[in-house]
Amino acid sequence: MKVSITVNGKKQDGDVEPRTLLVHYIRESLGLTGTNVGCDTSSCGACTIHLDGEAVKSCTMLAVQADGSNVTTIEGLAKDGVMHPMQTAFMENHGLQCGYCTPGMVMAAIGLLNENPKPTEEEVRLGLEGNLCRCTGYHNIVKSVLAAASAK
Amino acid sequence: MTITENKPTTIIGTRLLRREDPPLLTGEAKFTNDLNIPGALHLSVLRSPYAHAKIKSINVAAALKIAGVVAIYTGKDLQTSWAAPMPCAWPVTTDMKNPAHYPLAIDKVCYVGDGVAAVLAINEVASRDALDAIDVQYEPLKVVVDLEDSLSDKNIIHTDLGTNKSYTWPLLVEETPGCVEEAFKKAKYKVKERYVQQRLIPMAMEPRAIVAVPQPFGGDITLYSSTQIPHILKVMTALTLGIPEQQVRVVAPSVGGGFGSKLDVYAEELLCMALARKHNAPVRWVEERTENTQATIQGRGQIQHVELAADENGKITAVRVRIIGDMGAYLQLVTPGVPILGAFLYAGVYDIPKAYDFSCTSVFTNLTPTDAYRGAGRPEATYAIEMAIEALAREMKIDSFELRKRNYIKKEQFPYTAFSGLTYDSGDHLLAAEKAAQMTDLAGVRVQQKKQNVPGATKLLGVGMSSYFEMCGLAPSRVLASLNYSAGGWEAATVRVLPTNKVQVITGTSPHGQGHETSWAMIAAEKLGVAPEDVDVLHSDTAISALGLDTYGSRSLPVGGVAIALACDKVIEKAKLIAAHQLECSADDLQFVNGTFSVKGSPDRALPLAAIAFGAFTAHNLPDGCEPNLEAQVSYDPPNFSWPFGTHMCVVEVDTETGAVKILKYIAVDDCGNQINPLIVEGQVHGGVVQGIAQALFEEAVYDSDGNLKTSTLAEYLVPAACDVPPITTGHTITPSPTNQLGVKGIGEAGTIGAAPTVMTAIIDALSGLGVTTMAMPASPQTVWKTINEATRGGKK
Repeated sequence: MKVSITVNGKKQDGDVEPRTLLVHYIRESLGLTGTNVGCDTSSCGACTIHLDGEAVKSCTMLAVQADGSNVTTIEGLAKDGVMHPMQTAFMENHGLQCGYCTPGMVMAAIGLLNENPKPTEEEVRLGLEGNLCRCTGYHNIVKSVLAAASAK
Repeated sequence: MTITENKPTTIIGTRLLRREDPPLLTGEAKFTNDLNIPGALHLSVLRSPYAHAKIKSINVAAALKIAGVVAIYTGKDLQTSWAAPMPCAWPVTTDMKNPAHYPLAIDKVCYVGDGVAAVLAINEVASRDALDAIDVQYEPLKVVVDLEDSLSDKNIIHTDLGTNKSYTWPLLVEETPGCVEEAFKKAKYKVKERYVQQRLIPMAMEPRAIVAVPQPFGGDITLYSSTQIPHILKVMTALTLGIPEQQVRVVAPSVGGGFGSKLDVYAEELLCMALARKHNAPVRWVEERTENTQATIQGRGQIQHVELAADENGKITAVRVRIIGDMGAYLQLVTPGVPILGAFLYAGVYDIPKAYDFSCTSVFTNLTPTDAYRGAGRPEATYAIEMAIEALAREMKIDSFELRKRNYIKKEQFPYTAFSGLTYDSGDHLLAAEKAAQMTDLAGVRVQQKKQNVPGATKLLGVGMSSYFEMCGLAPSRVLASLNYSAGGWEAATVRVLPTNKVQVITGTSPHGQGHETSWAMIAAEKLGVAPEDVDVLHSDTAISALGLDTYGSRSLPVGGVAIALACDKVIEKAKLIAAHQLECSADDLQFVNGTFSVKGSPDRALPLAAIAFGAFTAHNLPDGCEPNLEAQVSYDPPNFSWPFGTHMCVVEVDTETGAVKILKYIAVDDCGNQINPLIVEGQVHGGVVQGIAQALFEEAVYDSDGNLKTSTLAEYLVPAACDVPPITTGHTITPSPTNQLGVKGIGEAGTIGAAPTVMTAIIDALSGLGVTTMAMPASPQTVWKTINEATRGGKK
């Protein structure tokens, strides 16, 4: 099936098997491997991207469902070689260790602040419920998100 | 003497941001599954749905007809591909039973997830489709899931072994024969406890992934794998496949967490390599999460019987421990050694006489093999002694902190020769514990608790603590030899100063989230007087880092980091000879400060390292007999383990109506000696603590009586999310290790070791007024509610 998706500002036309998940299309057809896959039950959130400005798990939908949409992946955040403030906040607060959940976590965190620009610590914790991290114990992830919020 | 006492430090001890982060934050970093290898065939493994069954027949005809399928192999087809069974590197006793274990099962399957057939196809979709079309006929056999049932040998899993018992490993230390029994007879107070360490799934966020790339006309093969142990993997795959070792190269690209689960030699690595050679094509395999929970090793899995004897003051006079260890269906790389790593720690941080009677019997079950999971043996031991200390305090009707104080090894006793003969390098348990108490406001919490925990109250406050010792920094090779481990415990480092005074550090450690590139650059920069950004750190590729023993057991810094410091020393020694030659003075008259050699007392006669590096490269003016270039290699065998320690405390509120446990406050005071980068140290503690909390409250690999894993996905296996865990307040004391020049100790596993008993003792403390004295892990709302009910109503409801 034909799909046309704007990914990181660039229109991409493709032909996919109907059962192709959006995450597989992004990784395998477009070669954008920053978006990771950590489970097969939509539990871990490693594959979180932005679809028309909203954080979604790209393993929960088919590529064809994203036809006509605007997708931003982790590769699309930095502008002119400068990281997005959320990426910088994660770096400055040691919000990542192995880095595997990180792209999804950053995309989810940006989505969270889009909806709630000045969250409390508890709101950050609840807001990131759908993204699992095994390394950081979340302490510095929460700190990173709060730092990004207060820098806004 | 330690480096921080010797001279002012400028880099070590600072919170330098990690150089690893930008590629990971922008999606640039390449994990194994991100590697695009043209022409790669995709491997999928058909797995047994039975925990124990004979394979009657395997019919692959229909599967072979699926478009894109290249070949299908059964265990029998590949029987001649292996030069040896899959390796177990730790035969803990000479009579240990070790069933032959091959990458694919041959006649029968022994756990759900055991590999039965391998499909090669041109892509992942075709290879997975083919799995559904393979017809396997099984004859189910009786299943053994329970440890005590296994021990009874009623149903034997590996019939050729004649028993389910793999080994019994005793550690009996007695000042005089029979003194343990004597101590128990004489004891004023005794406790006898039974604890269960539930099985845990390590659940690194990156599932495993592998690509084997053969070089058809040279015989060489490169294995890219999501592994913690590229060096060990190189040797072991060469031996298992019968490939000359020099033809194997192993690369670990970015690795998304390990926690011990990637400290192994896996069937899929061997399958990818064997099939890549057979087909003269790259072969890749990517694990699904549901495969990960069944085909990647699990952790813990022990039944612990612990007895303490104490005198009238509560001073411990003897320790007796009996463990049943769950090996799972087969022995993986270090499976049998895991309980042994804890064997020395059942006296915890306490000063006990030579009256210690430990024995571990490990058994096979029809479950996924176990192996090292963060802490490996030491969280189990710490849990047992800390819970038993609480039980002893209850028995004596005294405060458990007071009891600990009576038994702590005292600061002035270090270095302390323990009952076992091991030497604990340095420590100050009381200081760490008092700091934790102060940060917790223990006195204040106790006042609040009295007010809150009144009869009829439904929200009960509890305080828990644990003081731990971690035996890590694996390990002195001679000690490993005495434990029958098949390898050494050294680590290698090369330090090379390039002509332009930039530095290459090559390490045998293999990071997967620990930030070695940043920390190792800090060590070299500090030693050589260069900026950290001028130091490149190379690792995780056996073609670049030829020697190494990789990353596990909180060893990377106290062994690998120290090796780098020693290699820097060697470089400086050589540079000094060149400097002396060029400055026309004796090397003894030179000092090296901030990257410059100068004649003591004549600071104007000086040469910077940059000049010497370039001079060593041109080799125009070197002393006679001096080789060109400035580089040094070190293989460092540590003289001792490193012994980090600390005390954790937490405050919980237990809802007696719902059984819900809420952690209100978590304090971790850890002492890992000098800290290279406190930012990274804190991160290690945070993550470790949450993994320990997860064992206490959430996680368990649950099996039914047929050996089916009921928690095989992340929807069922409860890895905590951000909202499930509290913020962690970290504190530290600094007691440098006297055994290495950096004064450092490991910190990778400390949090996990301290956390589970801290949470569990807090829950029991909260419920003590209701008569609760034990609680199973994980303390889920259901378990807590049930336990309260049993205590208060005799379990009638």
